[in-house]
Amino acid sequence: MNLYDIIFYLFAAITIVSAFIVVNAKNIVYAAFSLLFTFFGVSGLYVLLGADFIAIVQVMVYIGGILVLLLFGVMLTHKITSVDIKAGSVQTIPAVIIIGIFAALLIGLMYSTHWAVNPAEIPVTTTKSLGKTLVTEYVLIFELLGILLLVAMIGAATIARRDGDK
Amino acid sequence: MLTEFGKIFVFILLAGGFVAIALVAASLIRPKRPTKEKLKTYECGEDPVGSPWVRFNIRFYVVALIFIIFDVEVVMLFPWALVYKNFGVYGFIVGAIFLLVLFLGMAYEWRKGDLEWARPKIEPPKMDIKFKPEIAPRPVEEKTVSEVE
Amino acid sequence: METIGLNHFLVVSAILFSLGIYSVVTRKNAIMVLMGIELILNSANINFVAFSKYGNYGLGGQVTALFVIILAAAEAAIALAIVLNLYKTFTHINIDEIDELNS
Repeated sequence: MNLYDIIFYLFAAITIVSAFIVVNAKNIVYAAFSLLFTFFGVSGLYVLLGADFIAIVQVMVYIGGILVLLLFGVMLTHKITSVDIKAGSVQTIPAVIIIGIFAALLIGLMYSTHWAVNPAEIPVTTTKSLGKTLVTEYVLIFELLGILLLVAMIGAATIARRDGDK
Repeated sequence: MLTEFGKIFVFILLAGGFVAIALVAASLIRPKRPTKEKLKTYECGEDPVGSPWVRFNIRFYVVALIFIIFDVEVVMLFPWALVYKNFGVYGFIVGAIFLLVLFLGMAYEWRKGDLEWARPKIEPPKMDIKFKPEIAPRPVEEKTVSEVE
Repeated sequence: METIGLNHFLVVSAILFSLGIYSVVTRKNAIMVLMGIELILNSANINFVAFSKYGNYGLGGQVTALFVIILAAAEAAIALAIVLNLYKTFTHINIDEIDELNS
């Protein structure tokens, strides 16, 4: 068991345990903070997979952006005096059964399939090669993402603003 | 097996572990004698008023939204900025279009007043004609129109 | 104990995916449902990056993961705006109780 394995199991444990807490937490703020550790663990897994730029993007966008936005959502949608922000669940037992079967099937499928494994050399840094692919092969998607972000920005601002100025 | 970046990550991990161990060890060793005064939130010596769990203004959300969009924009620009020189004018134009499209969104938010904290009131145009209410002041009570309401 | 390979990452991703589905299916609060969706997107991303490394398909998987992260950001922004509007209309965001189209 070398260093790589130990780090993998550590990050996998962080990811899965904190995802369990996210799913089961009664308090929505605890769930949001636990989601932080899930994202961190996933970013660690990216590092182990040799995708350093994706890992940094994960930290920047998920932890620095989406999680903050989710916490804003929590703060904006609960009453002033509700210190205990509860979030109940419905029909947990059938869901546990069905999703347990589903997960078992999924894992079984993954182990029974013979993937064409052909590990590549890990590049030292991926940012530059990612930039090259973005500018040549995926250039249309790159520009379309700009338009998507424009639409998202205008749309979300319009939806969120709707009440105030009529 | 680890990349250069992976070594840095291991270092971050060890640093985090060090902090955790230090905090846990300190909490085991130090004396704990909490009183009501000690546990109170410190608000410049005043007694704290109300709960900290207030509902925030929705204006915060719009600011956070603009932040996340430009966060993502910066993320996309990192790989582009590393290589655009290799592609000459073409590379520059690719990034310029991307930036221009997002600048349109910025201009929209600016014009709509989402970036202002106190939203400017858009006043309807007024006519110059002065409207005088034709209510003669009553001689007995001697009240003007503004006083009546 | 076998050495870490593709299957290990796939199993982590499968568990994350199931937990995300569980959160989407059972939670009442709309923000918790959003968190479940983020978990699902993360698990898909792990798969993309893992196949990109072990399948030797070049950087395609990583680029796709980058796009998915950006889409997730846009999706979270729009979805939370919708949730805020729901809160304004119904004063709560329990999505099992929101069943009117026109209130």
